[in-house]
Amino acid sequence: MEPLDLSHENGELELPSEPMHLNMGPSHPAMHGTVRIVLELSGEIITKSDVQIGYLHRGFEKMCERGTWAQVFPYVDRLNYVSPMLNNVGYALAVEKLCGLSVPDRCQWYRMILGELARISDHLTCTGAMAMELGAFTPFLWFVKAREMVWDILEEETGARLTHSFGRIGGMAFPPSRDLRALCSSALPRILEIVEEGEKMLLKNRIFLDRLEGVGPISGADAVSLGWTGPCLRASGIDYDIRKAHPYLKYDEIDFEVPIGTSGDTLDRFLVRLGEIRQSKRIIEQSLERMPSDGPICCDDPRVVLPSKDDVYTTIEATIQHFKLIMEGAKVPKGEVYSYTEAGNGELGFYLVSDGTGTPYRVRVRPPCFQVVGGLSRLIDGRLLSDIVPTFGSLNMIGGECDH
Amino acid sequence: MSQMVLERLRERFGAAILETHSDFGDDTAIVDPSAWREIATYLCNDPALEFNLPVDLCGVDYPDSWNGPSSTARTGRMEVVLHLYSIGKRHRIRMKTRVGGEAMEGAELDSLTDVWPGLNWLEREVFDMSGVTFRGHPDLRRILMYPEFEGHPLQRTYPAGKTQPLVPYRTEASAGMPIDKLEPFGEFEGMPFGRRPDPTAAGVG
Amino acid sequence: MGDVKEPLLGSRDEQPRRSLTIDGNEQGFATSRVDAMLGWARKYSLFMYPFITACCGMEFMALQSPRFDLARFGAEAPRFSPRQSDLLWVVGTISQRQAPVLHRIFEQMMSPKWVLAFGTCASSGGFYDNYTTLPGVDKIVPVDVYVPGCPPRPEAVLDGLLLLQDKISRGGRDPRVVRPRNDPPSKVAELVSLRRSSGDPRDLLSHLAPGVAGRSQTEKKSGDA
Repeated sequence: MEPLDLSHENGELELPSEPMHLNMGPSHPAMHGTVRIVLELSGEIITKSDVQIGYLHRGFEKMCERGTWAQVFPYVDRLNYVSPMLNNVGYALAVEKLCGLSVPDRCQWYRMILGELARISDHLTCTGAMAMELGAFTPFLWFVKAREMVWDILEEETGARLTHSFGRIGGMAFPPSRDLRALCSSALPRILEIVEEGEKMLLKNRIFLDRLEGVGPISGADAVSLGWTGPCLRASGIDYDIRKAHPYLKYDEIDFEVPIGTSGDTLDRFLVRLGEIRQSKRIIEQSLERMPSDGPICCDDPRVVLPSKDDVYTTIEATIQHFKLIMEGAKVPKGEVYSYTEAGNGELGFYLVSDGTGTPYRVRVRPPCFQVVGGLSRLIDGRLLSDIVPTFGSLNMIGGECDH
Repeated sequence: MSQMVLERLRERFGAAILETHSDFGDDTAIVDPSAWREIATYLCNDPALEFNLPVDLCGVDYPDSWNGPSSTARTGRMEVVLHLYSIGKRHRIRMKTRVGGEAMEGAELDSLTDVWPGLNWLEREVFDMSGVTFRGHPDLRRILMYPEFEGHPLQRTYPAGKTQPLVPYRTEASAGMPIDKLEPFGEFEGMPFGRRPDPTAAGVG
Repeated sequence: MGDVKEPLLGSRDEQPRRSLTIDGNEQGFATSRVDAMLGWARKYSLFMYPFITACCGMEFMALQSPRFDLARFGAEAPRFSPRQSDLLWVVGTISQRQAPVLHRIFEQMMSPKWVLAFGTCASSGGFYDNYTTLPGVDKIVPVDVYVPGCPPRPEAVLDGLLLLQDKISRGGRDPRVVRPRNDPPSKVAELVSLRRSSGDPRDLLSHLAPGVAGRSQTEKKSGDA
C-alpha cells in the first residue's frame, strides 16, 4: 500500500477526475417516457444538464392543415391527454372567437363541468405519479382509483374514458345525460376522501417531505421571465389564473379560490395541485346547480353546427348543409386570433390563422408545459441527481403537449 | 387598455411599426424585422408596459400569393409572431414581422433570449420547424426533430408525408410475412375539397 | 426430432412438426412436455418492459390499478431494464426519433421475447400519417399481438394479453390482433338495462365505493366545499 499523503486536509487524496456523463434516456420510468436528460455530474451533483424533448413529436400542427376545422378535435384531445376536455374546450373557444359565436348558457356550464372534471383527473395523475416515483406506490393506486371514478362519469357523458373528442365548434357533441348531477354528487365526495387519505399518507411522512421541501425552488420573477404559467407559477407566489384574471365561460359568476404557494419549491407545486382539486370540486358543484336542465346545447348558427339527423334525412337543405360542413368544413372568416384558457398545466393558447376556407391555414398550440420544461435545466443544475425525479414530476410534463 | 400600448409604440418607433390593428379583440403590431429587438426590449423594460411573460413565439409560412390575414401586402415569406403578456398590468400584445425570401434566404432575426429567457426553447422551435435563424441565440439547434432531419417541417412546401427514417424499415423478405399495411384511401381522399389539389382547375384553396 | 429449436423471430423457417403434440392447434405446437411446461411457466410470469410514450400510458396505468388488475394474470412486474424482461409493451405513438431507442431496447432483450403493440399508434401509426411518426412498430420490431384502440379499453388489452399467453403456451409466432367484441343486438339491450337496472344512477358507482350507493339525494351538498 502506498503511504497516504498526510499534507492533504482530512486525509483526502487529490485524484485526477473528469465529470461523468450520464444519460437519463428517453425510455425511463421517471421521465414520463419521452424526455432525455444528458447530465454532467461531479459526484452526485449535477453541473450541467441538457434536457432534450421531441421524442413524442407527432406533427399536430401539420396534421391540422390537412383536415377541416372540426377534424382538429381528435388531435387536440391528444395534446394534454390527461385532461382532454380542457383542450377541447380551449380549441372550441378559439374557433368560436374567430367566428364571433357565443354558445348558449347550458353549454357554457356543461363545458365548465367537464373541464373541471378533466382538471381533477390531471392533478390526480400528476400527484399520484410523483408519489409513485418517490416510492409511494399505494397513494398512486388510490389516486388512480379516484381517477377511475372521474373517468366513469366522463364515459357516461361522452362515451370514452380518455380522448373524448366531445367538443364541437358552437357547442358540444351531445347534451348532458340525465344522470350527470347524481353521478357527480356521489363521486366527488368520495374522490375528496381518497385525496385526503392520500395526503395523510404522504404529507406526514418525513422522507416524502424531505425529498420535496426546498428542492427545485424558483422565484416568481424568474418563473415569469421563463414563460411559466399555471400551478407551477402559482406555487412561486404569482397570482395569475386565467379563470380569475380574464374570465371566460361562466367563471366570473361562481365562487372559488386559487391556491397560491410561497416558496416555489417542489412541495409547493405538489400542494397547489391538491388544493386545485378541492377548488375544482367547488366549481363543479356550483355549476351543476346553475346549469339549466333543458335548452339547446349548440348555438343555432347553420354555418358551423351540424343539423339534426332527422332533418338531414328528410329535407334537402339540411342534407346540403351537412354535406358542405363535413366535406368542405365550416367556413371560418378570414383572420387570425389568439385565444387562451386555463388548462391543467397553465395557459393553453391557440393561435389560429384562417384563410376563409374550411381548412385551417395554421393552428399553433401554445403548450404550457413546453415553457415549464424549458426551465428544468435551471431547477436541477447544482442539485443532487436524485432531486431530478421529484422536480421533474412536479412540473407535470405531458409528452403530447410538450412535443405537440 | 392595450390600445394604449399600440399608441405608445407608434409614437416611439414611428416608421418601424408598419401596421397596427385590433381585429377580433387582439392588439397586433406589425414591425420591421430590423427593429425587432429594440421594440421587444422597450416592451419588456418600460414601466408603463411591463410585458414580463413571454407567451408564445411561432412562425407562419406564406409562400403563395395569399398574403395573410391582414389587408396590406407584405414582403417576406415567413411571418414570426410573438405574443406577450404583462402579469402586473394584465394586457397583451402580438408583435409580428416577416422575414425570408422565396426560398427562405435571409430569414434571420435577432434573438430575444436575454430579454426573456423563456424564449430560448421557443426560438429553437421556430428554427427547427420553420427555418428562421436567430442571431445571438446561445444554443440554436433542433429541438423537436432529430439532428439528422433535413428540412423544416412546418414550411408549407415541406410535404406532410415525407418521412426520413432513422432505422430502416423491415422488409417482407426479412420478416417472413407481409408487413405493409393496405392503403385504404388514395393519397388525397379524406381531405376536404378546399385543400385537395385539383389537377384540372387552376388556383385551388 | 429430439432437440428443441428456438424459432427465429418472425421467420417462416419454423415448420410445424407433425409428430407428438401435447397442446395446441394446427397453428403451433408444443412438441414435448418440456416445451409445454416451459410455455406454461413463461406465460404466467411475464416480466414486462413498459415502453410508454403517450396517451395509452394512461390506460396502462389504469390497467395496473386494482380495477383491471393485471396482477391476476401474472404480468404486473415491470422491469425497467430490457435485460431482465421478456415482454416489450410498446405503449403509445413511436416517433421516428424514438425508433432507434425502441430498436435498441428490443435488441437488448434476450430471447424468448415477445412484443405487444398497445394502441393504434403502435400498431399502425394511428391517424398521425406524417413525417414524424413511425407507421407501426412492426416496421422495426416483430410484433406478436396488436391491440387496436385509441386508447384501447383495458379489457381489450387484457384480451390481448390472454391471446399472447395462448400464443406463448402453444409456441406459435404468428401475429394476432385483438378484435372487437361482437355482442348481438339482443344482448346489448340486456347489458344496458343491467347497467341501468334500478334506475338509480348512483348504483353505477356502487362497485367502486360501497358506501356511496346508500347516500340520499339530500346529502349531496355536504362534504367540504
